[in-house]
Amino acid sequence: MERIPILKMGDYLLVTIQVDMHDRLAMALQDDLTGRIVSARSKGVLIDISALEIVDSFIGRMLGDIAAMSRVLDAETVVVGMRPAVAITLVELGLSLSGVRTALNVERGMELLRRRIVDQARTDGSTA
Amino acid sequence: MAVLLSDSRGIHTPEDVVAVRQAVRQRAVELGFNLVDQTKLVTAASELARNTLQYGGGGTVLIEGIGNGLRRGLRLTFEDKGPGIANIDEALRDGFSSAGGLGLGLSGARRLSSEFQIDSRPGEGTRVMITRWR
Repeated sequence: MERIPILKMGDYLLVTIQVDMHDRLAMALQDDLTGRIVSARSKGVLIDISALEIVDSFIGRMLGDIAAMSRVLDAETVVVGMRPAVAITLVELGLSLSGVRTALNVERGMELLRRRIVDQARTDGSTA
Repeated sequence: MAVLLSDSRGIHTPEDVVAVRQAVRQRAVELGFNLVDQTKLVTAASELARNTLQYGGGGTVLIEGIGNGLRRGLRLTFEDKGPGIANIDEALRDGFSSAGGLGLGLSGARRLSSEFQIDSRPGEGTRVMITRWR
């Protein structure tokens, strides 16, 4: 079966969605990603959706579910690269993606994840 | 009202839902819709095609380019012979879902369209027609 590739970059996982996903493919990504977060002990997940021409309620729910599941597994998810037309449509559709962190591009998303890990290390250090 | 183009497609698999999105995109480009309007049409089509597949057990979509004087529009008619919707008002409410989704399919598609019409009879099927004018 067709799969969306998940790349490991140090403490993070990077997913670049480059195809128009059908629903089964989206579900498979959700399963693969949660498995990889655990096996790679990842602290963060970057999902690049800059190639996606639409985000409908199904994809929106998938992004929200991935963010929630990764949080439970102690990893942060950042969705990056949403196209302006997609953002406008998403809000009109009634989806606000609450609970999903977003950033303009991969670089800023990476910065967001890095800061989180530094903050966490500092907190852990002060309570130790 | 003149029909400028017409394209009918079956919706029986998740891949067909993707094909419907692509066909709607192509027709919207041909009719000169701007990028935001194209995106709204394709998103609405995706929601309704998924409904046809999930709740209607499959069906068809008719994609039509229509003209009214100088106005150009895209009209999508989704039809299935599934179980139908007993309470349409309830199905159109935000957050109402019978399949564990977000419940934004019908209500969201309505918001993304200029005109929205739904006919459904329990036991006979459902027909949803949306139009977006350029």
